[in-house]
Amino acid sequence: MTEQESRASDIRVDLLEIARLIEPGATVLDVGCGDGSLLDYLVRLKQVDGRGIELSSEGVNQSIAKGLSVIQGNAEEDIAFYPDDCFDYVILSQTLQAMRRPDKMLEQLLRVGRKAIVSFPNFAHWKVRVSLGLRGSMPVNNTLEHPWYSTPNIHFCTIRDFVNLCEQQDIHLEQSMAINARGYRMPFHNLFLANFMATQGMYVITRK
Amino acid sequence: MIMLFFMTKDTIEKIDDDGYAEVVTFGQNHPLMLDSGEQIASFDIAYKSWGKLNHDKSNVVLICHALTGDQYVRGLNPITGKRGWWENMVGPGKPVDTDSYYVICINVLGSCAGTTGPASINSITGKTYGIDFPVITIGDMVRAQAMLLDHLEIDQLFSIIGGSMGGMQALQWAVDYPYRAKTVISIAATWRHSAQNIAFHEVGRQAIMADSNWAGGRYLDYDQGPHSGLAVARMAAHITYMSEAGLTNRFGRALQDRDKLAFGFDADFQIESYLRHQGLSFVDRFDANSYLYITRAMDYYDLGAGHDGVLAEAFRGTKTRFCILSFTSDWLYPTSESRYISRALNAVGARVSFADIEMSKGHDSFLLDCPEMFNIVRGFLRSEMDAAGVLMS
Repeated sequence: MTEQESRASDIRVDLLEIARLIEPGATVLDVGCGDGSLLDYLVRLKQVDGRGIELSSEGVNQSIAKGLSVIQGNAEEDIAFYPDDCFDYVILSQTLQAMRRPDKMLEQLLRVGRKAIVSFPNFAHWKVRVSLGLRGSMPVNNTLEHPWYSTPNIHFCTIRDFVNLCEQQDIHLEQSMAINARGYRMPFHNLFLANFMATQGMYVITRK
Repeated sequence: MIMLFFMTKDTIEKIDDDGYAEVVTFGQNHPLMLDSGEQIASFDIAYKSWGKLNHDKSNVVLICHALTGDQYVRGLNPITGKRGWWENMVGPGKPVDTDSYYVICINVLGSCAGTTGPASINSITGKTYGIDFPVITIGDMVRAQAMLLDHLEIDQLFSIIGGSMGGMQALQWAVDYPYRAKTVISIAATWRHSAQNIAFHEVGRQAIMADSNWAGGRYLDYDQGPHSGLAVARMAAHITYMSEAGLTNRFGRALQDRDKLAFGFDADFQIESYLRHQGLSFVDRFDANSYLYITRAMDYYDLGAGHDGVLAEAFRGTKTRFCILSFTSDWLYPTSESRYISRALNAVGARVSFADIEMSKGHDSFLLDCPEMFNIVRGFLRSEMDAAGVLMS
């Protein structure tokens, strides 16, 4: 493995899962790209034409210094300025729950992209249910690391909620994946099981 | 001593009298066509360069200077006796690394540091131009730069970088010569002058023209120039380059060389004394008519104008990679303008990066020590150099 590859593959396991879904040479927009790790990986190892939107200064500065085309801005505002159908894939990784209007965001993702890859923390994971049901308090753990009062996550949902929203919005679920706490895919295809066992839901969605 | 090297019959290269800058004179057969429809038939372009041109000329970085700037980016400025204006950005090991890039900065058309402007001699009349100098635009400045680069047989620019009016030129380059600009870095710039921008410039111009020593623009024929007017213009403009927080932190209401208010109109406050000093030192180094012409060029600037006001159309099809930077406290060319540019570039699928850098000192932040800006510029250039495989020999 070259130095570049080892540097580039040093990314979160769940991001690698996303990277696996994208074919080489695709055009990709990463919404909320953070420090640009995933985009950097995709550009270097999959030769994608990658763009990003990121709110935080640190994230944007690190991304640009990596040579990525990333703009600083609020994703919900800025995505409106991209033309229709200009990306093969739009990625929204662990960010849907921080949007003011997740439903409108999904519409925008599929307006600018032919496919969208969306991942989000599953609020119906059994540990969350235990925290709420038995302890009676909002969960704080590895995947949900902020206490309720300072969390950027203002619209938590469950895997079932997401599936229902997509159905309502006429969005086709091309691929459904349940992700465990370590970022790996779980072998569940049953909605009930996935909704109970997965810490993250990950979906490839398209317009119907 | 003037050293002359005859290149073609009509174009002459020389080292400037002071030995600091290089000057190329374009003769009658190489007129510069202006946006106004007029032309300048014989003119000088002064420039300076650093670093080494590589064998395929793929490492050229053009630095564009701001309104009252000049080609002295680094080293001693023979006009002011001070160090260059962007030594923290350009030099060996700096973000624009002169160990890697061949860096060139050209004094803009209409200015007064060696390139032909209103204080120059009109070769036809044998007198100084004064306000007979044609009105110019940012596009004209860029066209003059392109002429010089053609003369130097430099076609491709690895990067065009500028702050404020320099950023405006860099963007104009990308629009007018899309195939020559590989990357563009625009810092604290805008895509068109707003009513407020024009208003401030008009105050400055009126201050100059209201000075009786301006003499209808013919002051070079007399002993005394419009120094008071030019100083006031500079004072007003200087305020727009700083933020309120910057002024408050630096001066507050502190008094100048006194313990209590003097109940008069001397400079009681430090900020007054500072502005007066800024105004007075400016008149020693800048031509009043140049100030009129360059501010006019900036006011005429509107990249969307040729495209029904739709900025994105100006960039359609561009292959240039852009880095657009703004500062949070810049109210002269606020963040919203740079964001607008980046959105327009996105709308046509251009490769663009945009960052709004947290700085409290206002528009002039681009000239200051700003590690975030340095890191971004360094990383942006280096990544593009890696991608392009530019060789440093």
